[in-house]
Order: sequence, then C-alpha cells, then structure tokens
Amino acid sequence: MMDFELTDEQRLIRDTAHDFAERELRPRAAERDRTGQFPVEELRALAKLGLLGVNVPEPLGGAAAGAIAYALAMQEIARADASVSVAMAVTNMVAEVIVRFGTEPQAREHVPRLTSGESLAGAFALSEPQAGSDPAAMATTAKRTPSGWRIDGAKQWITSGDHAGLFVVWAKTDPATGARGISAFLVKGNTSGLSCGRREHKMGLNGSSTVPLRFDGCEVGEEALLGGLGQGFKIALAALDGGRIGIASQALGVGRAALEATRTYVKERHQFGRPLAANQAVQFRLADVATELEAARLLTLRAAWRKEQGMPFTREASMAKLYASEATGRACDAAVQLHGGYGYTREYPVERLLRDARVQRIYEGTSEIQRLVIARELLSSERGGGT
Amino acid sequence: MKILVTLKRVPDPEQKVKFKGDAIDFTGVNWVPNQFDEYAVEAALRLTENASAGGAGGAVRDGEVVVVSIGPKEVAQQLRAALAMGADRAILIDGDDGALDAEMVARTLVKLVEQEKPDLLLMGKLAADSENNQVGQLAAGYLHWPQATFAATIQAAEDGKALDVGREVDSGVEIKRVTLPAVVTVDLRIIAPQAIKNGKTAPDHAYPEGPRYASLKGIMAAKKKPITETALATLGIAPSLRVKTTAVTAPPARKAGVKVASVEELVAKLHNEAKVL
Ligand SMILES: Cc1cc2nc3c(=O)[nH]c(=O)nc-3n(C[C@H](O)[C@H](O)[C@H](O)COP(=O)(O)OP(=O)(O)OC[C@H]3O[C@@H](n4cnc5c(N)ncnc54)[C@H](O)[C@@H]3O)c2cc1C
Repeated sequence: MMDFELTDEQRLIRDTAHDFAERELRPRAAERDRTGQFPVEELRALAKLGLLGVNVPEPLGGAAAGAIAYALAMQEIARADASVSVAMAVTNMVAEVIVRFGTEPQAREHVPRLTSGESLAGAFALSEPQAGSDPAAMATTAKRTPSGWRIDGAKQWITSGDHAGLFVVWAKTDPATGARGISAFLVKGNTSGLSCGRREHKMGLNGSSTVPLRFDGCEVGEEALLGGLGQGFKIALAALDGGRIGIASQALGVGRAALEATRTYVKERHQFGRPLAANQAVQFRLADVATELEAARLLTLRAAWRKEQGMPFTREASMAKLYASEATGRACDAAVQLHGGYGYTREYPVERLLRDARVQRIYEGTSEIQRLVIARELLSSERGGGT
Repeated sequence: MKILVTLKRVPDPEQKVKFKGDAIDFTGVNWVPNQFDEYAVEAALRLTENASAGGAGGAVRDGEVVVVSIGPKEVAQQLRAALAMGADRAILIDGDDGALDAEMVARTLVKLVEQEKPDLLLMGKLAADSENNQVGQLAAGYLHWPQATFAATIQAAEDGKALDVGREVDSGVEIKRVTLPAVVTVDLRIIAPQAIKNGKTAPDHAYPEGPRYASLKGIMAAKKKPITETALATLGIAPSLRVKTTAVTAPPARKAGVKVASVEELVAKLHNEAKVL
C-alpha cells in the first residue's frame, strides 16, 4: 500500500504548529537572532501545546502523536525560527531516549518535567573538545563512589546547556575499553560540580545557546545511570537516529522559508522592465530548489514512517539528514543570490536563513559522518542496496 | 451550561475567487472554518470552563459544547479541529451549500435545538462567504427565544439564568440582558482577553487574544470524541428555498490607480475629481 495522505491528527498538529509559529515565533525571530535572547517564553508555550513531548506516551505528559507528527511539527517551528526549533529538537530527543532506555522510576521522575516545560529544556551532552565525529574517543569519566558516580571532564557545544533542567551525559565508566566502556547518565541542571562556560559566538542560530560544560567531581546517585553499564554508546546512536529525523525536518523548514521568501521576492522585484520571475534562468533555479526540497521531504517522512512502524530506520534517517541539510544549504544560497544585494542584508530574512541552515550539515553528525553511516549499512547489512 | 455552536466551512478568504462561467469555481479551493464561527467556538469554551482552576494543566471544563455543521462529509475536518480545541462532541448534517439558504439553515437549527435542548445557541454573526447575517436572527424568531447579535462581550448573570451581552453600537456599548435559553451571535471582539466572564473563571483572568490553539493532547483526544452524522431528511427538513440565485457576476476589475507628485496635487484631485473634500 502506498499512502501519502496525512491522518486528520497529523494534519491538525501540522496546522497548530504552523499557526503558532506564524503568530508567536516568526515576528520576533530576527530580533532573537540579533540579541541572542534565549527563547524562554517560547519554550514554555511549546510545552503548553505539547510540542516538547510529541512522540512521548501520554502518562508521561506527552502527546503520543508519533514520529511523523513530530517531523511535521518540527518543520513548521523551524520554518519560523530555527533557533527555537533546535531547543525543541534536543528536548524531544532527551525525553524519547529516557522513555526508551530509562527505568520506570527514571521516566516518571524526569520525562513529565521535560514535556511540561518545568525543566525548560533538555540537553544532550555527548561531544567534547577532542571528540566530535568520533565520540568514542571521549575523555570524560564516571567513577564509582559508595553512593553512585562521580563525573569528571569537559563537554563541548551543548545546546541549551546554560538553561537546561536536565542533561544526558555520556562518560567513560571503563576507560580501558572504547565504545563499550561508555555509559549514559541523567544529570539535573543544578547538580553541584556541573558548570557551564561562556556561550559560543556563532555564525547563526543565535537564539539558541551553545555552551561548553565542565564536570568537576560532579556526584550523582546510583539512579542516574541510564540503561545498562557500558550501554551508553548504543544509546547515543539510537537517540541520534531519531534526532536526525528532527534535524532533517528542521532543515526542510528553513529551506521552505527560503523558497517562500524568494518566490515572493522574484515576483515583486523588477529589472529590465519585468519581474525577476519572468526570466527562465530564475524560474529554473526555483524549480530545482522546490524539487530538491520535495525529495528531502519524502526522504524525511519515510524515515519517520519507518520509525513509527517500528522498522529499522538508521540509514533512512541518515539519508534524510544528509540530503535535507544539503538541499537546504543550496536553497538558502539560491535565495540570497536571487535577492541580490538585499539578500545580503538583515532587511530580508534570507541571510539569517543561510546562516541558520549552515550548521545543519555539521551537528548531530556531519554530512561526512552521515555518508559513513549510509555506506556502512550499504556495504555490510543484508538490506544492501535495496530498500 | 449546554451550548450548541454552529461552524460553517468557507473558502479561504485570502484566496482569489475564481469563476467558471457564471458560477464560482470551487475546485482547488482551500476550505477553512468561518472565522466568526471559530470565535463562537472559543466563546463557548470560555463560557463552559473554569480557566483559573486547572493549574498548569489548563482549564477545568464545566458544561457541554456541541458543535454543528451542515455541509459535505469533508466538514468533519473542521469539526475535528473544534473538538481538538476542546468542544465535547459534534454533529454533521449532510448538506450541500448550493441547495441551502439562510432560512433553511435556520429551520434545521431549530430542529436540532428541539432535540439537543441547549441553554444557548451561539453563532458567528455571519459567514464570510455569503455574508448573509440572517441565520441567528431567523432561528431566534422561530424558537421564540430572545436574541443578542454582534456580541462583543458576554457576562453570565449571577444566577446563571441570563447573559449580559455587550454590543458595540455607534454611541458606545449597549448591554442587553437575555434570559436563557437564547440565541447569541458573536462579533470580532469576543476573542479579546477579557471579553467573557462566566462567573467561574476568576474575573481578572486574561486569555491570550484569539481562538485558542488546539494542543497536541487536545488533537489526540479529539480522535475519540464522537461526530454524529445525520441528514436534513432525518431531521424532517423539506428542501425548499426562499432565496433563488439568478446570477453571479464578478465585480468589475479595478482600474489602476494614479501616482501624484505632490500633496498639493493630491488635495486638488480629492477636491476636484473625487469631490470628497
Ligand atoms: C551549534 C552547535 C550545536 C551543537 N549541539 C550539540 C549538542 O547539543 N550536543 C552535542 O553532543 N554536540 C553538539 N554539537 C556538536 C556537533 O555534533 C559536532 O560539532 C559534530 O559532531 C562535529 O564534531 P567536531 O566539531 O568535533 O568536528 P570534527 O569531528 O573535528 O570534524 C571536522 C571535519 O572533519 C570531518 N571528518 C571527521 N572524521 C571524518 C572521517 N572519518 N571521514 C571523513 N571526514 C571526517 C568532519 O565531517 C568535519 O567536516 C553542536 C555543534 C554546533 C556547532
């Protein structure tokens, strides 16, 4: 069966996210980009709508609306403000990973706080100064204490790290072994021994904060261990699979915003006595952008569909993330080009879109790492080149 | 309080109207809920909840809101959206807009009121497609119920047996008291933060302006709320139209404007040509 129709619920969720983003996020997205203000009120509003736990069971405060609804909502939020959407993406990812790998008491303690906005945001602390694409090379350690664990080390690039109420932190519990010596821990934002450094000065995504973290004898209880001992790497990879559907959707949202702004502009702007849109070269460029974004949309929704069906979706999520982020990069570049000099100024939204989109090819695994994931499956798994 | 709210779907007013011969071409039209009806749904929800009692989880419902639409099966989409906002159940009466007029719609609502026995029939003041502004008034007449049209504010009387309805008129705001059951039609300002006081929600409570967003939980819960389907014939409504549409013509194309070089020229044109000064 091939069915490209959304369900009533999926359509309503998309519409709610769209209307909310249009009215409450878009009007101040440029201002947040300029001032770097963290979107506290915006995240609370997202929580109230249920957008911080889209694919989380109802008893834990989620909407249990599924991975497709999540992808649709993420697109709409990112279309208005990518900075808000990245905080939403990480919070949903953290909530989902606890639901999947946590014990019931862990889920009951932490997940409702994430979905209700009480924690404001969740943070995902995997990367380190010396371990980005190769997280298994991490240096942060967690050592046993009589009552639990002591975490020491540094993390880098942690989204929402200076506002998050809850962190998932990866650390080596057995430094002698590689990936199998890594475990994941749930660490509350106010735990002593955890501190965060200065916000990075970024090219874009300025309404989101990205900070380094330090763990200096940060003590957590026995109950902080998420999943089994040594299961951390597996948990990170599983979380990133889902996360990549989120980033692909985020990219699509930004790409659509670029295309929509450009569509309007080329019809209004006249040169040589006619609208820019009357030139076939301009039309063809827009046609290519629209086609690539549509392809990205299909890849993304299919990855989400596989996830919702309980099928393997690692490769599909990587393909979606790789293709959507690159297609959006091209879409934003075309948008700036077709806006001419105005596109290079802050008077029009496309320069922000270009800056915001750039990181989508870097975080949650660079484009190169996505290709590694895809190729590894392609060359080794039974599915081979088939679908 | 039990409230029956009407909800019509209309072509998106932002979309350009297309003509096919001498009729409006509805192919490719994006259907949206009539804005005034959406406001009526919001007003009905505000009247039947305690918005100060729910803590972080939101309001506590106190009353029943039944949404009704006459239209094709697809109207279920708009009804589902109202259920997602918080309405309790919906009724879909199979009907074709082309074979209805305001009088027939009013008669249909009267039948439904007889079945449902609501305390209040709450409606948008008009539908954005035909802009008739008649159904509420006709229904009140047939029901022999008091009516208050163009409501800008609604305040429940202390004994809960009447509503004080504020209407904006040229000289200010007129307050009309209608005893229940009654018909009320709502105007734009009914979705202002403090337009509705129901005697349960704290009087200083301020809602966000506008109809509420359907939350994801509301949307998922709406899936389980009933939409009862019925037909005009089942309700005993015989098709007979009082209004006959004899022709539909597009308004004449607007002529291009003129550019003036100075304020003096503008004033001169307004005085000599437009004769408005
Ligand atoms: C704004 C922002 C927010 C972020 N948020 C988070 C967060 O919340 N949590 C978190 O844990 N991390 C976060 N990150 C970190 C992000 O995931 C990493 O930056 C990313 O994984 C790349 O790691 P790196 O920066 O160390 O680059 P490197 O790993 O040093 O890579 C440098 C370049 O080398 C390439 N490269 C590396 N290895 C190979 C190879 N084997 N083959 C081919 N090419 C290769 C890479 O693709 C890249 O182009 C964030 C980053 C940014 C910029």
